[in-house]
Amino acid sequence: MSKTNLKKTPLNHVHRELGGKMVDFGGWDMPVQYPAGVIEEHLATRTRAGLFDVSHMGEIFVEGTDAIRFVNRLTTNDVSKLENGQAHYSVFTNKQGGAVDDLLVYRIGPGKLLLVVNAGTTDKDWEWIQSHVDEDEDVTIRNASDEYCQIAIQGPAAQSILQTMTETDLSQIKYYWFTFGEVAGVDAIISRTGYTGEDGFEVYAASEHAEALWRQMTEAGADHGILPCGLAARNTLRLEAGMSLYGHELSDDITPLEANLGWITKFDQEEFIGREALSDLKAAGLKRKLVGFEMREPGIARDGFEVEVDGKQAGYVTSGSPAPFLKKNIGLAFVPPEFAKLGQELKINIRGKLVSAMVVPTPFYKRERSI
Amino acid sequence: MSQIPENVRYSKDHEWVSVEGDTATIGITDYAQSSLGDVVYIDFPRVGDKVAAHEAFGSVESVKAVSEIFTPIAGEVTEVNEGLNDTPESVNSDPYAEGWMVKIKMDNPGEADGLLSAVEYEEFLSANV
Repeated sequence: MSKTNLKKTPLNHVHRELGGKMVDFGGWDMPVQYPAGVIEEHLATRTRAGLFDVSHMGEIFVEGTDAIRFVNRLTTNDVSKLENGQAHYSVFTNKQGGAVDDLLVYRIGPGKLLLVVNAGTTDKDWEWIQSHVDEDEDVTIRNASDEYCQIAIQGPAAQSILQTMTETDLSQIKYYWFTFGEVAGVDAIISRTGYTGEDGFEVYAASEHAEALWRQMTEAGADHGILPCGLAARNTLRLEAGMSLYGHELSDDITPLEANLGWITKFDQEEFIGREALSDLKAAGLKRKLVGFEMREPGIARDGFEVEVDGKQAGYVTSGSPAPFLKKNIGLAFVPPEFAKLGQELKINIRGKLVSAMVVPTPFYKRERSI
Repeated sequence: MSQIPENVRYSKDHEWVSVEGDTATIGITDYAQSSLGDVVYIDFPRVGDKVAAHEAFGSVESVKAVSEIFTPIAGEVTEVNEGLNDTPESVNSDPYAEGWMVKIKMDNPGEADGLLSAVEYEEFLSANV
């Protein structure tokens, strides 16, 4: 059953050639896994290298002398702190402090920023951004999502593999910094970022070069045991790393403060949309808090399952899954702050059966950092 | 293509049944394991449980999804494959042998004859998936 109305990345035919199991992901026809399977793909990324097609993500350029001020007004993190060649994680908030989306902000220059947003929310974000441009501001925005591919190469061997394809000295790129360079003879943005909890890079280039880049990375990574990874592994990797997924830990009705993103919510800056609501929320105290938990009894918590404490409903699971590297069943859940302390017992309602879990620190998995 | 051995019977819920005397051995088909992906956990019924035909009597969980297991046959659970607690991946690698799940003493030993043959299951798969 092929749905012709689904959007395709420039690597769609490559995924099919590789035997990827294709699913509808937010309107995109994407591989959820390849024949190796989610566990092998996950472990390859933790121990060697994984290759991810993330071309479905949205790219929006903001240019003009007011670019920084403009993006600062729309996001919780402080763009004025970024230097040229630096990126940060941030959130677009609405007036109530809820998250319109989470994103990466890249500072290319004082008058040029790149915003990388989620695939399923690109159109919504584009409208949101457009609707907030003031007439007297020198700001030009451009939705370049269709012009760019994005390939993530992640894992301890990522740098060694990518280094064989570029003259750029990758060891000079720090975590959450980026540079322009050639990869396999193609003009690219090389960014030391990712969504797996591993060291690695995200490479942006013109869509027409996607296939050449993918094939060369596959070839260059063969001796390192690189594997193509689907959305299922992308999800389990980010969950082990304690990272938020929009629509789960963040949404229009969930604020970054509740989702433990206080560290990218900067109150000591100019006004931003939602600041007042977030400031009030912080002063009044949060009614719910995102916690990590691991199952203490057999059973797997899944998204949306209810959480109980002392026989009373006390929140819900936002993301739950087996953790292939940790070999535990883990999850994230919203609970009232009084039940958010480490060691707190939670009961997860798994299809009518209450199964014991315990609040544990996040991230569940932390790599040894050399960078 | 899915493996569909000829020596067992099939249900439309993608279980297979192998009959020996009055005992039915039940597992999930190659198609079912492939759809689920990497299996990590099986929630078995208890030995001694009475089950009615087409009743959900357990679940099999992969990294990505959970699926109920239905018994195509009525009877009493006499054994569960506890080895799968340590090696749930056998359901993926060898669904028709190592990956068996439950043995049932059948109330009506002729009941399995009403299930799909390999040819019928293959036709069912190509018509429905």
